[in-house]
Amino acid sequence: MSEAIIQVLSDEEVSAIENEISHLPDRESAAIEALQIVQKARGWISDESLNAIARLLGMSPASLDSIATFYNLIHRAPVGRHVIMVCDSVSCYVMGCQNVNTALQDHLQIKPGETTEDGKFTLLPIVCLGACDRAPVMLIDEDLVGDVRPDALESILSGYE
Amino acid sequence: MTDRPLTQRMTAAGGFVDLAAYQAAEGYAAARQALTQQTPASIRELVTDSNLRGRGGAGFPTGVKWGFVPQDDADSGHTYLVCNCDEMEPGTFKDRFLIENDPHMLVEGILIAAYAIQADRAYVFMRGEYHEPFRRLLTAIQEAESLGYLGSRIFGTDYSLELRIHLSGGRYICGEETALLNALEGKRAHPRTKPPFPPASGAWGRPTIVNNVETLCNVPAIVRFGSEWFVDLGSGEDSGTKLYGVSGRVNSPGLWELPIGTTIREIIDVHAGGMREGFALRGILPGGASTDFLVAEHLDLPMDYGSIQAAGSRMGTGTMMIMDDSVCPVGISINLQHFFAQESCGFCTPCREGLPWLERLLTDIDEGRGQPGDIEQIEKNAAFIGAPGNTFCLHATGAIEPLTSALKYFREDFETHIQTGHCPYRQGAH
Repeated sequence: MSEAIIQVLSDEEVSAIENEISHLPDRESAAIEALQIVQKARGWISDESLNAIARLLGMSPASLDSIATFYNLIHRAPVGRHVIMVCDSVSCYVMGCQNVNTALQDHLQIKPGETTEDGKFTLLPIVCLGACDRAPVMLIDEDLVGDVRPDALESILSGYE
Repeated sequence: MTDRPLTQRMTAAGGFVDLAAYQAAEGYAAARQALTQQTPASIRELVTDSNLRGRGGAGFPTGVKWGFVPQDDADSGHTYLVCNCDEMEPGTFKDRFLIENDPHMLVEGILIAAYAIQADRAYVFMRGEYHEPFRRLLTAIQEAESLGYLGSRIFGTDYSLELRIHLSGGRYICGEETALLNALEGKRAHPRTKPPFPPASGAWGRPTIVNNVETLCNVPAIVRFGSEWFVDLGSGEDSGTKLYGVSGRVNSPGLWELPIGTTIREIIDVHAGGMREGFALRGILPGGASTDFLVAEHLDLPMDYGSIQAAGSRMGTGTMMIMDDSVCPVGISINLQHFFAQESCGFCTPCREGLPWLERLLTDIDEGRGQPGDIEQIEKNAAFIGAPGNTFCLHATGAIEPLTSALKYFREDFETHIQTGHCPYRQGAH
């Protein structure tokens, strides 16, 4: 293994990625899992991380970046400590997700795609979260919040540090 | 015997079925019976006879699909079974429900299906936002492994299976089975040209069957109770039950397992409690965002593959979204086209360039910049963008289904927007 990888990726990240590779026919097939492993540890995929992962998988950084930028859940820019994803698909649209989105933007003083100044929250749009019987729905990190009322947002967000 | 194969072990409240509860209700008895007493060919025949059809939306007969896998004893490479749990069709929430409430049912269904096609590797392709389903399924897989229901020499036979979960990086197109396979291989999720079809050449070029969660969850009960029992559960031409869902302004949005072929009216009025007071039903997307709108005149149709298709739409995933009279048909069309434009993989030009163009023209109409002739222009271009054969996959075809049907049923609304230059719904709830 080259020194560059050792310097950038942690031992835990490298061994988790190698474990994924061991179940697959070739190293490149672990590209998405590798991006997920590093993102879970660091919040996002920097150019430095991307280059190190590409080298570990034996592929070019450009190839890996074409994959990283294809998927909605791989962040190629820094995000806040908590990521809020508000569903904007059809059931939530019918049930008023626009009001939730507007209220969130007013409360956090950011637009979709931005992070609050204190680095606490990033606001992102997301497609249908598969909980349409509880629309409107949003996802805060790994917590699914259903039947969201705009006036309840402040108290919901107060639970996140 | 039960008349609810998918929810038989759940309480009325839809409570979680853990390993103990699953086993207490004869869980894994079907898999044990299949692996120790039946041949793979006999399981394939049984499922073909049951007329189980794909519950992901396409409705292809499951047993027939399984029969496409070459069974060549001299071939020593992998065969794959992939469970499609990339539930991203807007308005659809049934696979989440099945996995969150009874994950072992899916594990058992995968085990039997994998045995039937003699797969040695199985994957659940799950969307990355499904954190709770992921945790519950992972626990179920680990429990099944520790009991020897997965891994090597299952139930003391010489059949072995490795089951893993792939968490998606997130794109709607991953639900298309060949795009899903590219994603599984760690690539961009571009659909592949067909043929070859996945049963001949799928994951890593090996024979692969892709089945939906709900489809696989039906398999254990078919093995236990037989194909005739399954055929008799359906109320029309189709077999079995269906997990039907309703979202929108109804009194009790949710999911119910009912005989396949239950009427739309019964699903909405009896199970979903009817429309909320003060709101009237205007349109129905019967099986997700990529299905044509139906309207009130279709309420007495049975929700099965043939009846909904004959009415010009598709049953799709069977989870319907209700558009009430407070919702602007132009606005909902923009929402739908925005989704499809954003989620186009970008490979084929008509889809990549055409869908954003449709969204822009609809937005012009909504914001008072509509021109006479716009509706005809949309129809002309939608017909080109959505024509099967102009693109590798059916993403664009699905995208224009709710649009052309909205123009058919709610045309006056589009015309009023163009004539008056504003949206009459804007002062209302939206």
